[in-house]
Amino acid sequence: MTEIHQELHERRILGTELLWAFGVGVLIAAILSMIVFTALSIGVNPPSNVERLDPKALHLSGEFAEDNLGTSVGSDGRVVVRVIATQFAFLPRCIPVPVGRPVTLRFVAPDVLHGLLISGTNVNTMVVPGYVAQVHTEFTRTGDLLMPCHEYCGLGHSEMWATVQVLPENQFQPDSNGRVSCAQR
Amino acid sequence: MHSVKRLCLAHFWVAFAFFAAACAIGTWQMWVRSPLGASVGTPGQYYMLVTAHGVALAFVLTTFFIMGFGYFVATTALDRQLPGKAWAWGAYWLAVVGVVVAFAPIMNGQASVLYTFYPPLTGSAWFYIGLVLLVVASWIWAVLMMVAMTAWKRENPGRPVPLAMFATVANAVMWLWTTVGVAVQLLFQVIPAALGLVHTIDVGLSRTLFSWTLHAIVYFWLIPAYIAFYTMVPRAAGGRLYSDTMGRLTFILFLVYSLPVGLHHLLMDPEHGNATKFIQVVLTAFVSVPTLLTIFTITASLEIAGRLRGGRGPFGWIATLPWDRPMVLATGLSFVMLGFGGFGGLINMGYGMNAMVHNTSWVTAHFHLIFGGSVVIMYFAICYEIWPRLTGREHPTLSLLRLQLWSWFVGMMVMTLPWHWLGLQGQWRRVANFNYADPIIAGWGPWVIVSLIGGIILLASALLFLRNLAVLHRGAVLAVARPLYAIAVHPPQRVPAVLNSFGLWNVLVLVLMLVAYGLPIAQFLIEPSPSAIVHRMR
Ligand code: HEM
Ligand SMILES: [Cu+2]
Ligand SMILES: [Cu+2]
Repeated sequence: MTEIHQELHERRILGTELLWAFGVGVLIAAILSMIVFTALSIGVNPPSNVERLDPKALHLSGEFAEDNLGTSVGSDGRVVVRVIATQFAFLPRCIPVPVGRPVTLRFVAPDVLHGLLISGTNVNTMVVPGYVAQVHTEFTRTGDLLMPCHEYCGLGHSEMWATVQVLPENQFQPDSNGRVSCAQR
Repeated sequence: MHSVKRLCLAHFWVAFAFFAAACAIGTWQMWVRSPLGASVGTPGQYYMLVTAHGVALAFVLTTFFIMGFGYFVATTALDRQLPGKAWAWGAYWLAVVGVVVAFAPIMNGQASVLYTFYPPLTGSAWFYIGLVLLVVASWIWAVLMMVAMTAWKRENPGRPVPLAMFATVANAVMWLWTTVGVAVQLLFQVIPAALGLVHTIDVGLSRTLFSWTLHAIVYFWLIPAYIAFYTMVPRAAGGRLYSDTMGRLTFILFLVYSLPVGLHHLLMDPEHGNATKFIQVVLTAFVSVPTLLTIFTITASLEIAGRLRGGRGPFGWIATLPWDRPMVLATGLSFVMLGFGGFGGLINMGYGMNAMVHNTSWVTAHFHLIFGGSVVIMYFAICYEIWPRLTGREHPTLSLLRLQLWSWFVGMMVMTLPWHWLGLQGQWRRVANFNYADPIIAGWGPWVIVSLIGGIILLASALLFLRNLAVLHRGAVLAVARPLYAIAVHPPQRVPAVLNSFGLWNVLVLVLMLVAYGLPIAQFLIEPSPSAIVHRMR
């Protein structure tokens, strides 16, 4: 190959590479705009409230004292669920929630790392000792859902799960203190 | 080959002994998770063996293979003696001691904390100390790689460092950066806790430090496969490397880009705020760039080979490629797995979609496909290529090599496709025995059995791999010398200094790490999170 040919050929290679790089750029831009769009428009956001809480004093702190655990409905009608994840159980083990209403789930761990998902929904969070993990969601169908601990927390990890009872509005009845318990079946 | 043969073989055989044993353990795990073995084994045994499987494959196989391969490249690509060979042997024995020290407590059930540690759970201090020794050994290796390149450059002023060595040093430099996070975590948090010197631990900080390592370590494992793609595959296919510059750029991008994105492993964690996570997701969108560039360059290189062999038309060149050669076959299979895996990776990356799959079987299946599949199959191909050069004997037949590669591919697909599916169904990770009495879980049973079949195929393939290598230690057919490394279409005469050294790129890494990790780490020092009590596993 003469010098000039070589030069031309090298330019052609460079040309194809730049074209491909441009395609890659377009792809990345598309992915990025999808992420930004979903984050802004429908509020698809991971749990990120960054709320510190001393894991050594959970039972002393008002919010996660034993009496406050489980589902409660505030005077403003807001549904809040408070759960402790501990080796190797969720407290409480059964969680009633209403169908079709916004629900706030709040989790803490007094001992080690845990995590959870609720099957068939996009509820998924880590529970890190030292922080409150908070998730907002709305359940769309009634029925029982599985809520396993999904982060290795010790030899009993496989045994750690809870049940989420998604109840129709007429069965979701708070008592005089605004507290709701699982339906007995 | 300047007498590093024994050094390389010593590394490789440790790697593959652990690899084969771990595949047997993996198959056992899959059996126990399936309805067929639902009453087999205790959780204590399961987590002990998952820890062994994870440590053996993620730390022992990879580190030993990469070190051995590095010594091979440093002597063959640079065509000179390895400087500091005594140090290399020292590092080898240090690594061996480290592995023994780490595995003793694992197999005693005193370190069933899995390969990801997860404080405040802590195992025996020896487990962590052994792993630190392994890392220190790999640091010695990394320095030796840099010394070898520097010495070569002094003897060859102005000439471009051969691509295989340039990539190896890129990996070594990246590894030094990568291990800082986990080293700080182990030395300042976990080991003091395991020794009983401290009784509480800042879990948020600990997870943040671990995430520093968690993404880039995967690229450390992966780079040997990319070295094969760029520097061996084009020649094995009978062609040339399309572009040497693209290769350099790719390895530089790996160095620069794998490090500042580790925090995306904490998307579902409560200790980091939305702003941090958002920056991470944006940075992470770019990590696929080097892989996409590689796919183009390697496909173009293969096309050159296919056309030289008479292929015509837009796709005709694919058929004329020499698919009977292990390196070419492995590359094709690796690309197919990379294709499936890349699609899965996009899902993991999505801010919202991640919530669907985080910590489900989807993740486990994904990294088996990408790492155990696409990457490890290239480890096999590299071994098949260089073993004759190490032992001086030729493969008696290639058909068993092809059978091994095909069975690894088939086994991996059969195992991981249903495993992904179960992850989408909500099957979660790290379960000793599933409760198949539960109606939701019962439906998963048949799919786990399919995965188990895949696992058995993989185990058979792993054993065949050992056999294929072992016969080269006593076979009769002597190897003929032939070139290994590919030549570029336009072999570079001179390259700009930035494409021939790492100084500038290290500065860039430093800046990016300050941007990505500065505040996320500083927040724990400014306002420490309430610490958690250390929990010892026995
Ligand atoms: C015969 C082949 C293999 C089988 C049957 C197998 C199976 C498994 C199973 C069942 C688990 C436990 C998953 C869980 O409890 O959630 C596991 C974990 C793991 N596997 Fe494999 N595996 C195989 C090969 C490999 C290979 C080749 C690699 C990488 C090179 C690998 C890397 C890992 C790692 C790092 C873990 C730890 C995951 C964790 O701690 O959650 N495996 N494997
Ligand atoms: Cu748990
Ligand atoms: Cu758990």
